Amino acid sequence: MSAPAPGPGVRHVSLRGGVYADSVRLMQVSRDVGARDGVTAVLVAMATPLNVELAAGMGLAPGEPASPEQLLVGIAATDDDALAAAVAAVDTALAERERSRAAADAQPARTVGAALHDLDGPSALAVVSVPGPYAALEAADAVAARRSVLVFSDGVPVEQEVALKRAARQAGVLVMGPDCGTAIVSGVALGFANVVRRGAVGVVAASGTGAQQVSCLLDAAGVGVSHVLGVGGRDLSAAVGGLATLDALAALDADPATERVLVVSKPPAPPVAEAVARTAASLATPVRSAVLGSGTPDLTAVVEALLADLGVAVPDWPSRPGSRSAPPGAVLKGLYSGGTLADEAMLLAAPVLGDVRSNTPLRPELDCVIDPSAPDLSARGHVVVDFGDDALTVGRAHPMIDPTLRLEAIERLAASGEPAVLLLDVVLGHGADPDPAAALAPALTAAGLPAVVALVGTEADPQRWSRQADALAAAGAAVYASNAQATRHALDLLGAAR
Amino acid sequence: MNLLEGPPAVVAAGVDVFSAALRAQGAEVTDVDWRPPAFGDPGDLAALALDPRRAAANRTAVERVLAAGSRLVDVRPARETLGLPDRTLLHSGPPLTWEAASGPMRGALIGACLFEGWASTVEDAEALLASGGVALDPCHHHSAVGPMAGVTSPSMWTWCLEDPVNGGRAYCNLNEGLGKVLRMGAFGEEVLTRLAWMRDVLGPLLARAVRSMAEPLDVKAVLAQMLQMGDEGHNRNRAGSLMALRELAPALVALDAPSADVAAALRFIGGNEHFFLNLGMPTAKLAMDAARDVPGSTLVTVLSRNGTEFGVQTAGTGDRWFTGPAQTPVGLFLGDYGPEDANPDIGDSAIMETYGVGGFAMAAAPAIVRFVGGTVPDALATTERMYQLTLAENPAMAIPVLGFRGAPTGIDVLAVARTGWLPQINTGMAGRVAGTGQVGAGLVQPPRECFEQALAALAQEARAATAA
Repeated sequence: MSAPAPGPGVRHVSLRGGVYADSVRLMQVSRDVGARDGVTAVLVAMATPLNVELAAGMGLAPGEPASPEQLLVGIAATDDDALAAAVAAVDTALAERERSRAAADAQPARTVGAALHDLDGPSALAVVSVPGPYAALEAADAVAARRSVLVFSDGVPVEQEVALKRAARQAGVLVMGPDCGTAIVSGVALGFANVVRRGAVGVVAASGTGAQQVSCLLDAAGVGVSHVLGVGGRDLSAAVGGLATLDALAALDADPATERVLVVSKPPAPPVAEAVARTAASLATPVRSAVLGSGTPDLTAVVEALLADLGVAVPDWPSRPGSRSAPPGAVLKGLYSGGTLADEAMLLAAPVLGDVRSNTPLRPELDCVIDPSAPDLSARGHVVVDFGDDALTVGRAHPMIDPTLRLEAIERLAASGEPAVLLLDVVLGHGADPDPAAALAPALTAAGLPAVVALVGTEADPQRWSRQADALAAAGAAVYASNAQATRHALDLLGAAR
Repeated sequence: MNLLEGPPAVVAAGVDVFSAALRAQGAEVTDVDWRPPAFGDPGDLAALALDPRRAAANRTAVERVLAAGSRLVDVRPARETLGLPDRTLLHSGPPLTWEAASGPMRGALIGACLFEGWASTVEDAEALLASGGVALDPCHHHSAVGPMAGVTSPSMWTWCLEDPVNGGRAYCNLNEGLGKVLRMGAFGEEVLTRLAWMRDVLGPLLARAVRSMAEPLDVKAVLAQMLQMGDEGHNRNRAGSLMALRELAPALVALDAPSADVAAALRFIGGNEHFFLNLGMPTAKLAMDAARDVPGSTLVTVLSRNGTEFGVQTAGTGDRWFTGPAQTPVGLFLGDYGPEDANPDIGDSAIMETYGVGGFAMAAAPAIVRFVGGTVPDALATTERMYQLTLAENPAMAIPVLGFRGAPTGIDVLAVARTGWLPQINTGMAGRVAGTGQVGAGLVQPPRECFEQALAALAQEARAATAA
């Protein structure tokens, strides 16, 4: 304790009647006045025996007998001016009403669990897109609160995915993901998804752009979807065992709005495929599968078969003719943002063209590395690149949001002088580039190469399918709502050029 | 599955492009103010979050906490209640040696040796303690708690509380009042004189009074009422102390005891606004001990400080202490004491926050927040934050200004890591120098290290259990 030695300086000691303030308030006043320049000691306190003794110890004893009802003000200062100012400050502080701010800022929830705590309604759910190492933490909150969750994040360890999905099954909720980009729940689009009319088909998708393709075609056919439930690209692996796919099938089977179910995936691990087939066969709702593999029907063909099941005529899928033919000796250069769409293009092209090289190849020996600092597709024969692959999205947004890398690749390809047909996808919908044609159409015009675009979207999308299609067609591109049709058109161009 | 029952309300954590897209569709969106966890290996955090035992274990633990009752059943010397042998002293916080003890802890230990007659001078007491001639043990190892230094010696009388629901017992010494008191590290003549009077007059009177009561005092009910009356049960116990006086006074007066003694006892109780603290603390201790030893639970069962270290225990890790350096409180000071005079954080009284009152129920006691120059909105904000650290709301401990919402109860180690918010504790401040006594009161938080260690240990246990 730094007891002030009574020494040079001046003092004020007074006892005041009729003033009461609680001890905390008085301690604040003492502290504030004590912090003033020239003030060496302050005690403002009710004159209890304890406080009078404290004052005496500070050399501020009152000169007359004190009673606890009185307020003791004792101040020591270096000079008269400082003392007078300090006394005035005590008076002001005692008169001042405590400042009172407006209501406390509500404390924002820092976790999914805290945010879910206050939500009512049977169908509240969570969307998690935090960095992968922390995604399971947030998703586990949702499962614990018996809420379904869409996990957009990638980089979630597979054992965490399995633990999450097992817990979700016990809790009776669905974990969509990790690495799930698309879902539509009761008409609400989560992640990247299109504005699709409500309808009778429920979609279970281990592939985001695959789900977008089939839901857009169903919309174009006037059928629409009840729900699109993403399950994450790893769900049908042997490790995860289709946990979410099986739960999503059961949920759609129980949903009165769903009359048909469509499962979209890459080829599952064989035992998982069996389990999914067994479950599908046991449901009251008919299930069709679009499994993207060698020798299986493409996504458009499966949608067309489904329409036949429903007794709905297959429409002419929306398209715009292109204005360029392929130069002699042209090769296929596919520049995709959707991994599933890129796969579909390669599966259709390979039987016609032979080997197609890719950063996500059909066979490992066809691997070709794309340098994100200089994306060059030239001089390697037929190439299909998935610009949405993890290796090309490090430090940048997905190509459905940020087209920079793909535009640079088009420019380099044109500059190389290699004769080529460009095959691209443009995916519309919520979350995607608000006007992709604005940058792509001039790039295609400048490139001067024949281009075919798979334009995945609907008229109700914020970007509007026909507006984007017209802009791209004006740049000379052929435009198709169906990726399979787009690919076949590109192959036709190449065939005509041979 | 309830997923498909209607357009969902969405909670979104992460990139805001998805929230924006949802809002554009007219969906109801709540954004999480997400940030990476403040500490903890991501694998450890996930191991705990995904431990299949955790949800049920935490539910079990916190339900025991909420269900626990507290009845005042007896008052007896620590020699009897705690079986304390001679030359043994209990202290607050995690285990401590004389060498590591801070000023006020040393002062209280010295005072207890003088009080027990184990030494006749301060120098003798210091020599005795330095030589290891007195065994030191945490109160928490004996179902006991003690405010500030928490020093409890065999001759000191203790409150004996019983939990009629879970069946436990808990003990706490009697509160000495304010100013120069043993628990704050003072050991002068007035301290020893008061302790002797408490031993010879107050303790026996209280024992007879408590034993004469037809119904044992429901201490939990008093604690609940305090929160309706501006107390938070740790740093502000004014209403609770008066209610305790109201309950005890008729029994004391009805004793066939010298009226001067009864008057002195009533005056002592009525003049000590922290008298109830030593009843509130064992009430909280009963509840938290009920949650002990629940494998897989990440609930905090002990927050406690010995003036040198802060210690934490959890339901999933038994009696293991996780410790870090005790912080120095921030607050207001008596007289011209200042921050340099304050000892680091000390006392078992943070059991109140562990139980969800004290700093956690700050919204119930706006007067307390002014200890740090804060405002009423600050008090509300503090309690609101604590809801995000805790597993439950205690309906018995309702906070009027929050629409009688239950106090945030049951600190979750995982939530501390994820939010980056540390538990808020209201506390008294003892002088750094042995013998000084109280210098102020304020707010303090545990060091993060305690929770880092607890998290790592819980994760290790979770992995071992999952592998087994």
